[in-house]
Amino acid sequence: MAEPDKIKTEEFLINMGPQHPSTHGVLRLLVTLQGEVVRNVEPHIGYIHSGIEKMCEALGYHQIVHLTDRMDYLSAHMNNEAVCLCVENALGVEVPDRVKYIRTIFSELQRLASHELWWCVMGMDMGALTTFFYGLRDREKILDIFEETCGARMTLNYSVPGGVMFDIHPNFRKRVKDFIKYFRKKLPEYDQLLTGNVIFQERTKGIGLLSLEDAIAYGVTGPSGRASGFACDVRKHHPYSAYPFVQFNEALDTAGDTFARYRVRITEMWESMSVIEQLIDNIPEGDYAVKMKGVIKLPEGEYYQRVETARGELGVMIVSDGKKNPYRVKFRSPGFSNLSALNHITKGWKIADLVAIMSTLDLVIPDIDR
Amino acid sequence: MTNEELKTRILELAPDAMVTDGKQYLEAVIPAGVLHRVATALRDDPDTAFDYLFCLSGVDFPEYIMVYYHLESYRHKHVVVLKVKTDGRDKPKLDTVADIWPTAGFHEREVYDMFGVTFNGHPDMRRLILDEGWKYPLLKDYADESRIVER
Repeated sequence: MAEPDKIKTEEFLINMGPQHPSTHGVLRLLVTLQGEVVRNVEPHIGYIHSGIEKMCEALGYHQIVHLTDRMDYLSAHMNNEAVCLCVENALGVEVPDRVKYIRTIFSELQRLASHELWWCVMGMDMGALTTFFYGLRDREKILDIFEETCGARMTLNYSVPGGVMFDIHPNFRKRVKDFIKYFRKKLPEYDQLLTGNVIFQERTKGIGLLSLEDAIAYGVTGPSGRASGFACDVRKHHPYSAYPFVQFNEALDTAGDTFARYRVRITEMWESMSVIEQLIDNIPEGDYAVKMKGVIKLPEGEYYQRVETARGELGVMIVSDGKKNPYRVKFRSPGFSNLSALNHITKGWKIADLVAIMSTLDLVIPDIDR
Repeated sequence: MTNEELKTRILELAPDAMVTDGKQYLEAVIPAGVLHRVATALRDDPDTAFDYLFCLSGVDFPEYIMVYYHLESYRHKHVVVLKVKTDGRDKPKLDTVADIWPTAGFHEREVYDMFGVTFNGHPDMRRLILDEGWKYPLLKDYADESRIVER
């Protein structure tokens, strides 16, 4: 029998996806493997490219908002808000404080819902199906709160240029407070379920390292970037809406491994709950929207708005030529840049680690394809 | 660095640049020929240290295609937008910045995919989202004949 290190091996190519449970959508990875070790990962995207940027060029500014929640459907409200803020800043419209508070509470609820889904799917990727049921069950509670106020569960379309579409439901405050009370009890239990698990630790600690320099160079933002020590939280560094009014910590870690990316998101859930608690009892009275014209025309020029979604920094660039449709709209989606680092992170690790790394990058494919 | 200092620095690097205070950010239109040199200098100089390319996008104008590079410095927190015009709209070419900011590798492929701008020296210049054989959909004169309905 040949000695193990003298066995000759060849590299081979394997397709992971486009229909694969752990790519979380229609993403195809062309993986070059040597035995179990990943030598190269080449992402092939575009399976659900919907041409949103092109469609925007034919639509008015009120209409564009309704396309954006189809990009990152787990951060639907933040996407809507980004376009609204961009349009409002371009026109110089100051929205009432009530709107800012409501938008921020919705953003943070959305972030909680998104991170819960990420947490439960991460467990599932690692073979722990229990988390999947727990996470979806609690996420449903947040979606119910959304539904009561704005009629939609996932693609909210709640934010419109100038404010929000309706006032909050009379039950909103109570239900949000009940949920936070409930979730504050549940989160330590959930955290312990994975964090305290030896198998989980073995599969995540020290795996899939991304250094601070590389995180910046590859533009890896959001919790994935912050796990490498990249202080890139737009809420903190370029505050918008009601974020200047609240106290919260930017969740940071320096390890840069899969476990750090996991820890950062758990910490963010605590911070989100704290932000909501600071705002929920202080929503100022006032209008829930300012009156905007039926047809919005932005002055000629370029406008850029940065917003922190659950996945990282979303950028909206609108180039206007003064007409009722934008000349060009560009969405800098967080997932797109995060995916660009996948090959760099995964090289040299095992194929099972690739699944874990993908999971903690928290990719949402329509966000990448647009 | 303040915007004024940045302005001087960019003009030192590229005397032909047009630097203006935009509505939000400092904007610099620089000639395509010096793009790679200016970009490298802006990243490597410890005073400017533009290490974070947070957006790279193309815009189709009637005479040329303009590529926007939104740059931020992690250390200094200042932002500049570099703009580069291509030479006409027929088979436009620019130098790549993927060797300076690796994230540009993906973004430039997207610009190639949508506008047909080829980037010289890019390690992997292929279509990213669409199939080979598509036209470039974000060009203003793009028409998808199969979807036009005559009434």
